[in-house]
Amino acid sequence: MSTAAPAFPHRICPATGRVVAAAAEPLIKVNAVVAVVSLLIGAVAALLLVLTRWQAVHLLPAVWYYRILGVHGMNMLIFFIIYFEMAVLWFAGTILLNARPANPKLGWFSFGLMLAGTVLVEWAQWSGKADVLFTSYPPLQAHPLFYLGIILFAVGALTVTGLFFATLVIAKREQRYEGSVPLVVYGAVTAAIIAVITLLHGAIIYIPTFLWSIGLIKSIDPQIYRMIWWALGHSSQQINVAAMVAVWYMLSALTIGGVVLNEKVSRSAFVLYVLFISMASAHHLLVDPGFGPAWKIVNTSYFMYMAVLASMIHGFTVPAGMELGMRLRGYTDGLFGWLRRAPWGDPGFSALVFSVVVFGFVGGITGVTIGTEQINIIAHNTMRIPGHFHATVVSGTAMAFMGATYYLLPLVFQRKVAFWGLAKAQPYMFAIGMLLLSMGMTFAGSFGVPRRHWDISFSQALFDVQFNPAVDITLAVMGIGGILAVTGALSFIAIAVKSVFFGEKITTWETGKAIVGIPQGLTNPPVHVAHVDQLNDELHAESRGIAGATPGTLVLVAVFLLAFVVYYFTNWKLLSFLWKVG
Amino acid sequence: MLTKVHSGLDPAPGVWWKPAHKAEKVWVGIAFAWCMVLFAMMPLWHWKGGQNPSGIRRRVDPQKFFARTVEFATQYKIGEDRGIPIVAPPAGAEVYLTGMTYQWYPILQLQAGATYRLHMSSLDFNHGFSLYPMNVNFQVVPGYDYALQVTPTAAGDFRIICNEFCGIGHHTMVGRVIVVDGAGKPLADNAHAVIRDREAK
Repeated sequence: MSTAAPAFPHRICPATGRVVAAAAEPLIKVNAVVAVVSLLIGAVAALLLVLTRWQAVHLLPAVWYYRILGVHGMNMLIFFIIYFEMAVLWFAGTILLNARPANPKLGWFSFGLMLAGTVLVEWAQWSGKADVLFTSYPPLQAHPLFYLGIILFAVGALTVTGLFFATLVIAKREQRYEGSVPLVVYGAVTAAIIAVITLLHGAIIYIPTFLWSIGLIKSIDPQIYRMIWWALGHSSQQINVAAMVAVWYMLSALTIGGVVLNEKVSRSAFVLYVLFISMASAHHLLVDPGFGPAWKIVNTSYFMYMAVLASMIHGFTVPAGMELGMRLRGYTDGLFGWLRRAPWGDPGFSALVFSVVVFGFVGGITGVTIGTEQINIIAHNTMRIPGHFHATVVSGTAMAFMGATYYLLPLVFQRKVAFWGLAKAQPYMFAIGMLLLSMGMTFAGSFGVPRRHWDISFSQALFDVQFNPAVDITLAVMGIGGILAVTGALSFIAIAVKSVFFGEKITTWETGKAIVGIPQGLTNPPVHVAHVDQLNDELHAESRGIAGATPGTLVLVAVFLLAFVVYYFTNWKLLSFLWKVG
Repeated sequence: MLTKVHSGLDPAPGVWWKPAHKAEKVWVGIAFAWCMVLFAMMPLWHWKGGQNPSGIRRRVDPQKFFARTVEFATQYKIGEDRGIPIVAPPAGAEVYLTGMTYQWYPILQLQAGATYRLHMSSLDFNHGFSLYPMNVNFQVVPGYDYALQVTPTAAGDFRIICNEFCGIGHHTMVGRVIVVDGAGKPLADNAHAVIRDREAK
């Protein structure tokens, strides 16, 4: 690590010894703050929605239900996540490489573009000029400024991505690090490349749609729109996956001294994401009329499930890295001693574990299953879909980002984490709530309950529909889970806002004793045993057989695979009971 | 042989292409094999399975498709329920169903065990065909004719819920499919339909 005093204005992080470029810090902060504001809007919307879909409560009137549903989608899936990812890119490009940001002025201009776009979209949605939901499928049409807002936002984000690549080039040229970039930065590069692909698709579809909304183009083909739009809509969630996995590796290192088992394996998995993950647009088109079976099979499987393979690799290497890290610190007892003795009271650690487990077991397994060409027949547009993606984007990505925030507050904002007791409990609250919500939605969807639907009592419909009474229970589970999760999200927001604006400034760093408001990974940085390389060799000795250095993880992934196989084939069985269709 | 111990936050050695340990190799191998199973299942189901979203797909003018649906409805109409014709095509017939804000037109009466070619399209926006309580779901896109071979397996009174947002009245969009048994007797409650039919006469 080249931490020799650089020529640009900076400070040295007292906790990690890293160079923090003065020009980068405010860019990280401003993106993180706007991300939290978007999260607040999205979370309030979430509460209103969950209390409407919970048929026993049925809070909002129809118009406001659909309007708020659009607001929730844009704020959560686009604004919150992408602003946070912009912060991650600035952070990974500069602080993790001890480097300076490329052209911070253009960085601020891009942020301005994104903010202007955000304001336009919020205005159009709240004023009822864009009641087209998140997907805005033509021929449904919104106000032109809605589309223009998204275009401005995308151009801004694309520019920041370009600046991130430029930052990497500068860091390399100025020799800010030796060897190859850290794995976390490698993951961020992956996310950035996918972001470029994604945002270009956004431009390809939203520019003609904008022209159509002002009358310059006569019509937009609804099927082609769906195909290209989902190359934005789904692939943008793959930016999240790559960014989230990068954050996993980071939190694992910070909280418990997790190590990289093998750079080749982890990096190859990231490359698989870049090569194949953008084909996921097909997940939304499996029961569409526009495409044939061959196209559907090749695309929905990311060309033979190569992106799934990537996730399954990370699903092993992340926990295995955690296990090995703990063992190298001396926690070598039994299969799960490393897990039992981990810092469960550290919100960075608990968030990491929940993110990995729920993303994998719930989000991953349901996603691959319902993304199977034929199984999609019993899942398409039912509540199984939001059940799946709340387990990935929210329980996975948002949870990981929340965990990272508990470390970024002291490291970047140099403030103690406010409401420390609440912060320790927050990941538990959020993860349990989201798990209940996802399960409730998934089971309701299995009974055929549609997503994006105001009234499943069908009180104003021509014909009655009597859902299985079990649906009332699953929707109640969803409702209770939703309330708990929103409480968790609002707690997070309260903690973040209080810490950033009114938090206790950290002036001196003391290590070796616990400090209220600073995660233990910073007050007591995880240290490996003195003879770490020797112990590493011993743990990897041939005599330990296949289980090798990480026997506990091997047991965990075996359980995962079993759950996967059972869930997957159960769905084929359910499908076989249907009418013959072909 | 092994990479020197380091975390994901540390720069990696310039050459990071080092052999993986056995446990990783085994897991990657198992995961790869599982991915191949996942992949093989889809072509296999096309070959051996009974439920595939293939069908015949072509572009169509929405107005013309609706006109064809009306023609079909007139040809095989046997009654009416709440203002919508009940249409009973013979086994093997080409069947037409149009989604529009906010109804499915017409009501279909099919025979259990018989096979039909069901053409679906939309007159205006995207709609979602969701057969309740079967939970069979297809996307209905304006400008595209999605023609699927369908064989109802058992008699019953089914609903078509629209499960794609199509406007502010989306939640009121419910259609009906009746499946009769071998004796041709509807098991469904047709109280409404019969009354309407008598009134019409």
